[in-house]
Amino acid sequence: MPRVLVWYGELTAASSLARRGLFLLLPGLLWLLAFLLLPSLLLIPLSFAQRGAFGEVVWDFSLENYRRLLGFGILGFSLDNLLALGRTLWVAFWTTLICVLLAYPIAFFIRAQEGRRRYLFLALVLVPFWTNLVIRTYAWQLLLAPEMPLARFLVGLGLWEPGMALFPSAFAVYVGMVSAFLPFMVLPLYSSVERLDPSLVEAAQDLYGGPWRTFVHGVLPQTLPGLTVGVILTFIPAMGMFVVPDLLGGAKHLLVGNLVQQAFYTMRDWPYGAALSLVLILLTLVALRLYRRYGKEVDLA
Amino acid sequence: MLAVALFSFNRTRHGLSWGGFTLDWYLRLFSNEAILEAARNTFLLALLSTLLSTLLGTLFALGLERHPWGRGFRAFLENVLYLPVVTPDLILAAALVVAFGFLRAVSSLFEPGLLTMVIGHVTFQVAFVALVVASRLRSLPRDLDEAARDLYATYPVYLRRVLLPLLAPGIVAGAMLAFTLSLDDFVISFFTAGPASQTLPLIIYASTRRGLTPEIHAVSTLIFLVTVVLVLSAERLTRRAA
Repeated sequence: MPRVLVWYGELTAASSLARRGLFLLLPGLLWLLAFLLLPSLLLIPLSFAQRGAFGEVVWDFSLENYRRLLGFGILGFSLDNLLALGRTLWVAFWTTLICVLLAYPIAFFIRAQEGRRRYLFLALVLVPFWTNLVIRTYAWQLLLAPEMPLARFLVGLGLWEPGMALFPSAFAVYVGMVSAFLPFMVLPLYSSVERLDPSLVEAAQDLYGGPWRTFVHGVLPQTLPGLTVGVILTFIPAMGMFVVPDLLGGAKHLLVGNLVQQAFYTMRDWPYGAALSLVLILLTLVALRLYRRYGKEVDLA
Repeated sequence: MLAVALFSFNRTRHGLSWGGFTLDWYLRLFSNEAILEAARNTFLLALLSTLLSTLLGTLFALGLERHPWGRGFRAFLENVLYLPVVTPDLILAAALVVAFGFLRAVSSLFEPGLLTMVIGHVTFQVAFVALVVASRLRSLPRDLDEAARDLYATYPVYLRRVLLPLLAPGIVAGAMLAFTLSLDDFVISFFTAGPASQTLPLIIYASTRRGLTPEIHAVSTLIFLVTVVLVLSAERLTRRAA
């Protein structure tokens, strides 16, 4: 006797309901299995293989790619890769921190607006979020060009050589990174700030808390969920970024993302690229793990 | 401090004023074969991948929301949906390059080109469509379904007359999201494009190497405007539906 149940007003057997459900799920599941999961898993064995003379894959298993990744190349030991790895974490960390520092005032500013104006400012935050990253980054190339006010201003102060663009430089990389990720920080943070209970902030102030203690005890705990989501949405993609450091950073500011891009695109060395990608995945997983532990579910909508 | 947003308006204006307040660049744009070709590719890619991902995503959302799965399986399905959202573009791109490389040995279909780009785009779009449609499904009250049943609607009739019309705003919103995601994408296209399938972001990227031309500013401005219009109309659509 099949198990029978009423589901959304329909009297059906549990098994036929499950069959129909699986039928609906199957195309999507198979697609993601074929083009997301399997390809990603393929990177693992590939990272132990070698590049052949013509860019083909030679299944000759060794730890060579990982040795190279750590800097033991044909030209002897070099720190470049390890520096790029460290720089990736460093840049992602500072990008995230700057975004947090900028996003709090923005979120509170938007919250302070009335009705339609609030939506207007939210939309203003969203616009760059929907603009192509390449266009945004190259827009910074324009803004940082020697003819532009910023460069002229710095020249006027005697801080910059005339006729020089402000990129490539670490400054330009941070400007590009922060502007790329700020919306990802502002939106989740705003959804927390919107629901913030102001009486707790007042309580902190009544108890003679300075601005810092008011923030730590009154604001931070309430906005923690939004903050965690923002940090994850910023930190993880920031580690995989290669467009910004490529266009604004120059050779001194390569990140792991650039190394991956070079391995796949310029050198055609897939196994090495796979090894680099896996390092990136590993960093991502660690970040997600931390999120699972400390983060809470937040409604992003 | 509301910054970023205002900057983006600024920037485009700079892009414009660079050309000296003239529409010449726009006119010239329409006689530039490479850019026109890229524009066609961009939209074709966005259109195809949106259609496919909307179909897959909607089916997935229906399967996820309207069937009594156990808690474990449901959690698994939700994780499957979040996987493409949290996977960095670059990783997906790298994995696809490798996978297509091996598939090429089986069939020449997987030469880098429009098809490989569509596959790449659909892969990250599906999850977004499914998430949007699923949230819409969750907000539909059960009574409607039950009323339809009480009136002896068969499953196909119920699907066509009740569920799909109610779900339409969610599906359209999901599709528009997918479309803009596709227009915005650079990383996936960069890795999976073939020589004959350049898109606008790829051309812009390449030209930042070769030196910027006012035409590129004009293209960027146009893409920017198209995206804003799309997003605003999607926004309006979802709000009216809500």
